[in-house]
Amino acid sequence: MSLTLGHYLSLGAILFAMSVIGIFLNRRNLIVLLMAIELMLLAVNMNFVAFAYFLGDLHGQVFVFFILTVAAAESAIGLAILMLLFRNRASISVEELNILKG
Amino acid sequence: MSNTLSAATLLAVPLAPLAGALIAGILGTTFGGNVIGRRASHTATILGVLIAFVLSVSTLMQVMDGARFNATIYEWMRIGSLKMEIGFMVDGLTAMMMCVVTFVSLMVHLYTIGYMDEDAGYNRFFSYISLFTFSMLMLVMSNNLLQLFFGWEAVGLVSYLLIGFWYNKPTAIFANMKAFLVNRVSDFGFILGIGLLVAYTGSLNYTEIFAKASELGAMGFANPFGGADWMLVTVICICLFIGAMGKSAQFPMHVWLPDSMEGPTPISALIHAATMVTAGIFMVSRMSPLFEMSDTALNFIMVIGAVTALFMGFLGIIQNDIKRVIAYSTISQLGYMTVALGASAYSVAVFHLMTHAFFKALLFLAAGSVIMGLHHNQDIRWMGGVRKYMPITWITFLLGTLALIGTPLFSGFYSKDSIIETVHFSTLPGAGFAYFAVLAGVFVTSFYSFRLYFLVFHGKERYDQNPDAHHGHDDHHGDHGHGHDGGDTKPHETPWVVTVPLVLLAIPSVAIGFLTIEPMLFGDFFQDAIYTNATLHPAFSMFAETFRGPVAMALHAFSTLPFWLALGGAVSAWYMYLINPAVPAAIGRTLKPVVTLLENKYYLDWFNENVISRGARALGTGLWKGGDRGVIEGGVVNASWKLVGWVSSVVRQAQSGYLYHYALVMIVGVLLFMTYFVWIAR
Repeated sequence: MSLTLGHYLSLGAILFAMSVIGIFLNRRNLIVLLMAIELMLLAVNMNFVAFAYFLGDLHGQVFVFFILTVAAAESAIGLAILMLLFRNRASISVEELNILKG
Repeated sequence: MSNTLSAATLLAVPLAPLAGALIAGILGTTFGGNVIGRRASHTATILGVLIAFVLSVSTLMQVMDGARFNATIYEWMRIGSLKMEIGFMVDGLTAMMMCVVTFVSLMVHLYTIGYMDEDAGYNRFFSYISLFTFSMLMLVMSNNLLQLFFGWEAVGLVSYLLIGFWYNKPTAIFANMKAFLVNRVSDFGFILGIGLLVAYTGSLNYTEIFAKASELGAMGFANPFGGADWMLVTVICICLFIGAMGKSAQFPMHVWLPDSMEGPTPISALIHAATMVTAGIFMVSRMSPLFEMSDTALNFIMVIGAVTALFMGFLGIIQNDIKRVIAYSTISQLGYMTVALGASAYSVAVFHLMTHAFFKALLFLAAGSVIMGLHHNQDIRWMGGVRKYMPITWITFLLGTLALIGTPLFSGFYSKDSIIETVHFSTLPGAGFAYFAVLAGVFVTSFYSFRLYFLVFHGKERYDQNPDAHHGHDDHHGDHGHGHDGGDTKPHETPWVVTVPLVLLAIPSVAIGFLTIEPMLFGDFFQDAIYTNATLHPAFSMFAETFRGPVAMALHAFSTLPFWLALGGAVSAWYMYLINPAVPAAIGRTLKPVVTLLENKYYLDWFNENVISRGARALGTGLWKGGDRGVIEGGVVNASWKLVGWVSSVVRQAQSGYLYHYALVMIVGVLLFMTYFVWIAR
């Protein structure tokens, strides 16, 4: 059995679904939320790479580099915000963070 | 002999009293700092009215020589093609009215010097009565409806101010409010009439309106209740007459006039007997070319007048206040004039207006003199025997009474008998009833007049038996103490400023009818002022054919019914109130329901207060609570913010503040978009 595009796309979809479920089920920890977002980006990257390979187009792989870079920066900023948040509110529980409410 | 009068002279007639009113009203009151005293105030106003009177008389002379004036003096504004102007129209009718108004006004001014002598509002009073004279002159001299309406409202305003002259007296305030409100109601009809005339003729000017009179007569007016069209001119005339009903105190708009007696007596004489209340009669006469075209309106006028003439006379019988008896007599006499208008005998109505102005002003001023002489007691039950103490007042009052009841050769006889005879000849459907009413009215008039006369001037002296002499019936408000606390309670004759006007008014009351009936009714004095369609309404011309001169008319009277009715009224009053005072009480017991009905003035005040004003207030409350607060505030204003609040309270549930809720919404949104683009929009 050879690997087809479908398998890669399925893997990407499974990863994406896992990360979405991770975002919703997670009620405690903001770090888990950040990790789920990373996973979501990776699922997208997987799709880009798979399409790039099977369609013979390198543009997709170039995109993946950009996404990885942005993801790294985003994680850094996210963790920094997390630090400040914890310092101010003494908690990183998602349940308690509803100050976005108008 | 000149054919036109000088505009400057005419302008001076109303402006002279206005100047007097301004001088006394501004300089003589606290308004302008009390610069001038009482003497200067009454000199200024009397001088103003004297100038007006002299000029009026000279105008009358010129008018009798054939001079006329009808022109615009000043254009106030122009709206489209509608001109609003001030102008004068002087013909026989106007000149006669000018003389009557200024003469009575002059007498009242003189009289006031004595009557208001001790009142703190002396200067204010003079200012008001001069202002009234100005307003009334503007009303009668006008050549257009706008100026007529201005005068109409201005006399109403001054009447309001003067009824409430003693503004500390609650009854006076109630009375002036009542007068004002009742007049507003009828003025609404008047405004509608003027508005219809403007709408269909496009002009306010009498001459222009009368020029289009025949066109108006042919026009219809969509009947709001369905059915055949109404005649436009009928609607206009009835609307105008409703205005006259308020001003001239015709049933059922008369309710304000008896209450207006709360005011000082001089204005009762000037405004509420001689001049203002006759404005309605004057207006209908002035509009005679219109009224002549509508038999329906004339019939309406005649029936209203007949009801007023008879039923208001009855009320005069049971009143105990000297002024109120005369007030009801005034209403009844105005009813006579209105009947004459209805019979198309405008000149007769105006003739009665003139004679009535003299003898009724005389009666009021004499009554005021009695009130002064009796230390401001107005209740005729506590008078009697005043004849001895006040001879001049007695004689003049007697002459006024004789004129009022229509004693042959007196002025009232000529005018009233002419009315009765004309109504007799009238062919309108209501004429039978009207004839009966005016005939019965003669008896009633004579009865209440002589009841008043005997109770006041003859019989036992009861002036010292009044149980509440020091309060209650006081004509003035309490702060002047005119002889109240002194030991001398005997009546006394009034000073010369009071008796001279009485004598001067007594002369025309006696003689004016005899002297003027021929030129005024049967000559050409009113020729171009009053229009009567003799073929349609022949009553007056039929009466005119029977006229053989004033002396013959007076002699003929002894063989006619009115004379004997008047005599009967006088004799029965004499018997009941001087010879056998038990009779009225016995009649009162047997006819208890009738007396109760009369004492309650046919329950009209009750009806007005309980049905009309309560109904209006209930309607207002209903609209306020139901309409304004219910529908507008509750249904529109409050409901809109409540709706917005409810919507936002629902939508706000979506904004939880939890990140994962927002994320879910984003994901669901993405899925929905994808579903749409992948499967549906493909």
